[in-house]
Amino acid sequence: MGVTQTMLEAEQRVPLGAGVGEPAKRRRKHKGWVPYAMLSPLVILIAAFVAYPVGSVVYYSFQNYNIVEPFLNGFAGWSNYSTMLHHDPLFWSSLLFTGKWVVTEVVLQLIFGMILALIMNEAFRWRGFTRAAVFAPWAVSGVLTTTIWLLLYDPQAGIVNYLSNIGLAPRGFAILADTHTVFWGAVLAELWRGVPFFAIIILADLQSIPRELIEAANCDGANAWTRFRWVVLPHLRDAVILSTLLRCVWEFNNVDLLFTLTNGGPGTETTTLPLYVARQAIDNHNFGYGAALTMAGFAILFVFSMIYLKLSKFGASTGYRS
Amino acid sequence: MSAITAPTVRGIGGGGWGQMRAKLNSARLHLFVPLTLYLLFTLVPFYWMVVFAFRPTTSHNPYPWPITLANFKVVWNVLGFGTFFENSVIVGVGVLIGLNVICAMAGYALARFKFAGRGALILILLCTQFVPGVMLLIPLFVIFRHLGLIDNLFALIIADIVFQLPLTSLLMSGFIRNVPVELEEAAMVDGCSRVRAFLSVTLPLLRPAFVAIGSFAFIGSWNNFLFALMFMSSQNHFTLPVGLDYTIGEFSVNFGALAAGGLIAAVPVVIIFAFVQKYLVQGLTFGAVKG
Repeated sequence: MGVTQTMLEAEQRVPLGAGVGEPAKRRRKHKGWVPYAMLSPLVILIAAFVAYPVGSVVYYSFQNYNIVEPFLNGFAGWSNYSTMLHHDPLFWSSLLFTGKWVVTEVVLQLIFGMILALIMNEAFRWRGFTRAAVFAPWAVSGVLTTTIWLLLYDPQAGIVNYLSNIGLAPRGFAILADTHTVFWGAVLAELWRGVPFFAIIILADLQSIPRELIEAANCDGANAWTRFRWVVLPHLRDAVILSTLLRCVWEFNNVDLLFTLTNGGPGTETTTLPLYVARQAIDNHNFGYGAALTMAGFAILFVFSMIYLKLSKFGASTGYRS
Repeated sequence: MSAITAPTVRGIGGGGWGQMRAKLNSARLHLFVPLTLYLLFTLVPFYWMVVFAFRPTTSHNPYPWPITLANFKVVWNVLGFGTFFENSVIVGVGVLIGLNVICAMAGYALARFKFAGRGALILILLCTQFVPGVMLLIPLFVIFRHLGLIDNLFALIIADIVFQLPLTSLLMSGFIRNVPVELEEAAMVDGCSRVRAFLSVTLPLLRPAFVAIGSFAFIGSWNNFLFALMFMSSQNHFTLPVGLDYTIGEFSVNFGALAAGGLIAAVPVVIIFAFVQKYLVQGLTFGAVKG
């Protein structure tokens, strides 16, 4: 149950399909306007605040649109796009950094999340408490993560200072101000709140593995590794594929942490594309150019998602999973 | 552990339990060494914030002693976290109520009716997950400016509801589908209208769904930063994340105040999370996907 088949079979299995796979329960036949009336708030909100804005981003990307310099506003043709592609090194460097950031984060979160989920799936004392404790950073916002890690990283007052005392780091070393260490400093902070995401999803899926499968594997003489490789992993396949994709999208788009922790710096060292968009919107009020950058973001997300789903053969479950 | 959490011995550890008991010691070690390390990684940062929040700004002790509430007084009264907290609560409660009402209606329609466009609607709802708020900052700002809602908490409530609505509607329709339709039909045979049947039969059974969805809606809006930063311009409309960012951006950061502010922002969500995290592992997985 859970994440796995939802995307493809949403029609039949709306998430939380605790009613495991049962066909839609005697859904009443067409009742005229009633369902539409009940859905209208949802549809109106999505149309007005998601669909229309997406459309207007396309429009703005062809405009000069700056709310602090309204006298220059007007049709711009392709100029925003040509500036972006030909005259803006920050666009390309931010793309490169976005890729590095997303891949590093998602791979590390997946590995540690998997290990954590396997551990939490075992029976031990205080498991309920431990689970609440290790999953807690999931509920913490990006800004709060920044707050916490600034306190840890501060060269004078932070925990880093204790590392200097025992000779592990140079004295007064500012992790976030050094181009060599800022990346891993930010990665560690984001890992802190990102690992629970995968751990939660994978743990939920682990708990849906039928016991008989594990017992059968044991009868056949499987050890811990073969059991994991040939029974557990195939079972987790779809959940991992889908949650990895959604996490990539999320890590791509979420700028809270970098916005507040490094502010894209030092210099423009840690500027992702969406962070660049947010900066254009919030600081420069350059909406036209920001919209062109947003279009680039949409295009990349779309192409990436298609390729990913194609390559991973999502839904082609192996083995026993019907 | 209530009935909601999984039986203790299950899953991959379950089958091998007999053998594991035999070599209990080595197996436990494999478990506890990484778990302890990970617990440290998770909890030390929280601990460090607590230390900073409760010790005097002049102290350098790695423990919160001598203990003081001075940082909290500064943050709450001088830096305005009292107002930020109030705003965050207003927005959080507004989102919680609005979202539950709208997604209950939509979820009911999706779960109980067959109508043209149902499949397409579900697909669209799933696709919205690829269109997150950051990318829509600019057009949303323009829309809210036209509506005259810039620097109005109502804009935040709307934006937060909109971006949580698609998944919560799908979740809610899953919950509603698990309530046997026969119950409602029985009530209607007894003379209830459809609305009355829903309100007095189905609704009470959906209480866990409202609690779970409401909690996650509250956490989501409590944590939302960019919308608040973009749409709120005056300091008495800031929410806690913006207030924190504001404190971080001060010319010389007052770590004691920053930690106290962080703790004020952290405590409500961490407490709510501790109570509802079992729902996550139990089957709210798709909601979790949102992060």
